Amino acid sequence: MNIGIIVFPGSNCDRDCAHVFSEVMGQASHLIWHQDTSVKGMDAIILPGGFSYGDYLRTGSIARFSPIMDAVAEFAGRGGMVLGICNGFQILLEAGLLPGVMLRNRALSFICEDAYVRVENADTPFTNQCKPGQVLRLPIAHADGNYFTDPVTLSALQANAQIVFRYCDRDGHVTSQANPNGSLDNIAGIRNSAGNVLGLMPHPERGAESVLHNEDGVTLFRSMLSALEKNKIRQPV
Amino acid sequence: MTDQSKALPQLPLTQEIIEQHGLSEEEYQQILKHLGREPNLTELGIFSVMWSEHCSYKSSRVHLKRFPTEGERVVQGPGENAGAVDIGDGFAAVFKMESHNHPSFIEPFQGAATGVGGILRDIFTMGARPIALLNSLRFGELDLPQNQHLFKGVVSGISSYGNCMGVPTVGGEIAFNDIYSKNPLVNVFCLGIVKKDRLLRGLAKGAGNQVLYIGAKTGRDGIHGATMASDSFDDASEKKRPNVQVGDPFLEKLLLEACLEFLEQDLLVGIQDMGAAGLTSSSCEMASRAGTGIEMDVAKVPRREPQMTPYEVLLSESQERMLLVAQPGKEEAVLAICRKWGIDAAVVGQVTGDGLLRVKEGNKVVAEIPAHALAEEGPRYERPAAPPQYQEFLQSLNLDALPDVKDPAEVLLKLLGSPTIASKRWVFRQYDHMVGTNTVVCPGSDAAVVRIKGTTKALAMTTDGNSRYCLLNPYLGGGLAVAEAARNLVCAGAQPIGVTDCLNFGNPERPDVMWQFIMAVEGIADACRTLEIPVVSGNVSFYNETNGLSIYPTPILGMVGLIERQEAITTQWFKHPGDRIFLLGETKEDLGGTEYLKVIHAREQGSPPWLDLDLEKNLHSCLLTLIRNELVESAHDCSEGGLLVTLAESCVTHPSAPFGANVIISQQRLRLDSLLFGESPSRVLVSIRPQHVDQVLETVQHAGVPITLLGEVTQGNMDVTVQGPHEHPVCQVSLPLSDMADQWHHSLARQLGVEQA
Repeated sequence: MNIGIIVFPGSNCDRDCAHVFSEVMGQASHLIWHQDTSVKGMDAIILPGGFSYGDYLRTGSIARFSPIMDAVAEFAGRGGMVLGICNGFQILLEAGLLPGVMLRNRALSFICEDAYVRVENADTPFTNQCKPGQVLRLPIAHADGNYFTDPVTLSALQANAQIVFRYCDRDGHVTSQANPNGSLDNIAGIRNSAGNVLGLMPHPERGAESVLHNEDGVTLFRSMLSALEKNKIRQPV
Repeated sequence: MTDQSKALPQLPLTQEIIEQHGLSEEEYQQILKHLGREPNLTELGIFSVMWSEHCSYKSSRVHLKRFPTEGERVVQGPGENAGAVDIGDGFAAVFKMESHNHPSFIEPFQGAATGVGGILRDIFTMGARPIALLNSLRFGELDLPQNQHLFKGVVSGISSYGNCMGVPTVGGEIAFNDIYSKNPLVNVFCLGIVKKDRLLRGLAKGAGNQVLYIGAKTGRDGIHGATMASDSFDDASEKKRPNVQVGDPFLEKLLLEACLEFLEQDLLVGIQDMGAAGLTSSSCEMASRAGTGIEMDVAKVPRREPQMTPYEVLLSESQERMLLVAQPGKEEAVLAICRKWGIDAAVVGQVTGDGLLRVKEGNKVVAEIPAHALAEEGPRYERPAAPPQYQEFLQSLNLDALPDVKDPAEVLLKLLGSPTIASKRWVFRQYDHMVGTNTVVCPGSDAAVVRIKGTTKALAMTTDGNSRYCLLNPYLGGGLAVAEAARNLVCAGAQPIGVTDCLNFGNPERPDVMWQFIMAVEGIADACRTLEIPVVSGNVSFYNETNGLSIYPTPILGMVGLIERQEAITTQWFKHPGDRIFLLGETKEDLGGTEYLKVIHAREQGSPPWLDLDLEKNLHSCLLTLIRNELVESAHDCSEGGLLVTLAESCVTHPSAPFGANVIISQQRLRLDSLLFGESPSRVLVSIRPQHVDQVLETVQHAGVPITLLGEVTQGNMDVTVQGPHEHPVCQVSLPLSDMADQWHHSLARQLGVEQA
């Protein structure tokens, strides 16, 4: 598969994602510069983590104006698979490809640690290799991961099973204590209503190798590849 | 130059102006000799920063020659932007440590942030991609709000800059002592990886080559920052806030990627970052190293503010700027990469063959100085040195007058909660320590470990220093710091291969400070020589003094070790119940200078422990053999807090599952407090699977390293029995893991009055 990874000025997990897709998953990864205007030939697009435009003004708010984002929106509109990780999630929110906003973490500081998330919907192209309710240990690293939206949107997210990951404790209990950043409804990741765009704050690419003592993240990438394989015929060109 | 008086406007340089520039009468006379005439104001400014202590190392240079700087792995020793050592597979590790103490006291957030920015530039200037940051911090005790403010500010400054750059902060150390209340220390270490044959240097080779300026526009910030860092502080230091630069990590990230693209396309002859003394130091150092000159036009320098004088442009310390030298014809490719990344860039001059730093503003020459005189021929001082009168008092410690410990459990909990020993999770949780997906051992073990992608290898890194030992005996303190750093690496399974140092001291014009400095340097040099660890880069920070009070002598070492196989990496925490716990090395009557004496008896006195370097070396090679043969489950250096703290840490520092221990310690003839809390060096606590015990014993005894069986790992409490003669129990400690864990995990956050998840 051809995995396109968008490089914005200030992206810093682009190379980590490329490493996982090429070296761990055995796929072809391509770094795509944000000034480019096409994602042609890509089977899936990753918006990686980092500090696009230094997170100046507001996370993701400048990157969403990058020329490549029109192509990404169009790709997503045609059903193409788009995964936004951390800053990539924030960009997806700013671009309107996913609903809601990010607030500063509840404790106001940057948090880097392992978090536990529960798979709330295992019937998505990003989680089809997970069991429903499965608990994954995934690293988080962000200052603005406190997801927020209005009550109507939240109800819709809940009703449509768009909440894909919730922060939980090691045993899978979704509690406020297990919520690292104050996120509404313990939301760690959501998908769009069509199901082909996913944003999540945790970094699955940081938990994808045994040498790093964590392979829980691989499940997401395996799910993506399996979905791509199945839908190969229906993929946009 | 033919007509000096016309080309160089001569202002009358009064005695007062010369003094304001921090130059002594003697130094001014030397300037006259180098120039053969009076300098103008711009030239005086240039000399003033280049000959400042910070840039010229005038008080330290003669002594730094004592360091062993050679070894078979050394690719680049001291004198460049950073040192480099060969790690095999065609790669070199490039690393350096630097201080940013003065700015961090005045403005903790920006001071620390720009410190990180500066050390990162030193690394990618060499062509290396930075893959790890560490830091060593010193603050006053946290009961003072001012110290909390400095501590929080520095931590968030480091976090903001390093996180945005995408370079993980993987480790470091922090100690607290009131001596640092008005002189906090911020030392930052960075390591990068480069293909050995692509290593770049700060050389302005080849007359006719183009000199390019890239990066941030030049503003008036940080003018005379280097001079500020070469002076003591007083209560009016707050006024120096405008001297502190402001960092822009986003711009630096762009600069990093652009620089690595230059190297990939082989576009450069030389490159240097504009750190202290900005454009001035980068240009004259590059010319001096290559034996050339540089002519540049300040009018072409991109600027942030209008009407800056040449003086201001040359001395500005605006951050995130680089000076490049490229062959004619390659500058367009350089400029194109800069355009891609949205970075300002301009050709500002060229390399000349006349050895002069010639600065023009348009057609007018505004300064002309031999580059070598600026960079290399500054004053050198062998300043007077003598031990302070109070040294004898410091070293005296009458143990007989000191009551022995009554309740070791209570003392242990107190020590585990002492902020110097307690978990620094509140700090490193704010640092992105995983970006780059290389961090194999995260902060919280003896050393951080980072794998090298594309190889089977990993590098271990640590920063260490014990200023109390150095105060009490600077020679021993220097050696003990080297030994501890190396031991930390060995505990992770790494062979130490190189070290960088950051030497933080008081005012070198005081003989007692100079004596501390010389003795510490000797101690470090001797230990490095015996342990065969070359010093490849470093930094000296003097004048850490406020209102006449100097800090304790604080040499910090940043050491790097090589792990050949990623499978053979050890951490400090116990792993399986039933594993046997052994102590390698011997416990002696070593109470002088301990954390125990400070925390429990409020004394910072006595003689630090004697260091037997041969035993230390023996211990390292023996432990490395065991770890490489995968016979060791955990290895933890026994240092601050002594044996009982080390044991408790091995029990409770496991990231997910703590373990207990059942241990019997024989008292021999020691005081109980020496036995449990003394800090004899050359000791490591290990745990071994039962089936490996025989093989381990054989190896260790064969190597002649003392080894004692203490007990085994359990799933219960930490139970320790001290036995006197005939196995008579002297005392017993039984602590639930939760009590120790709570104290160790949460004390720092509690002292700061913040919540911690």
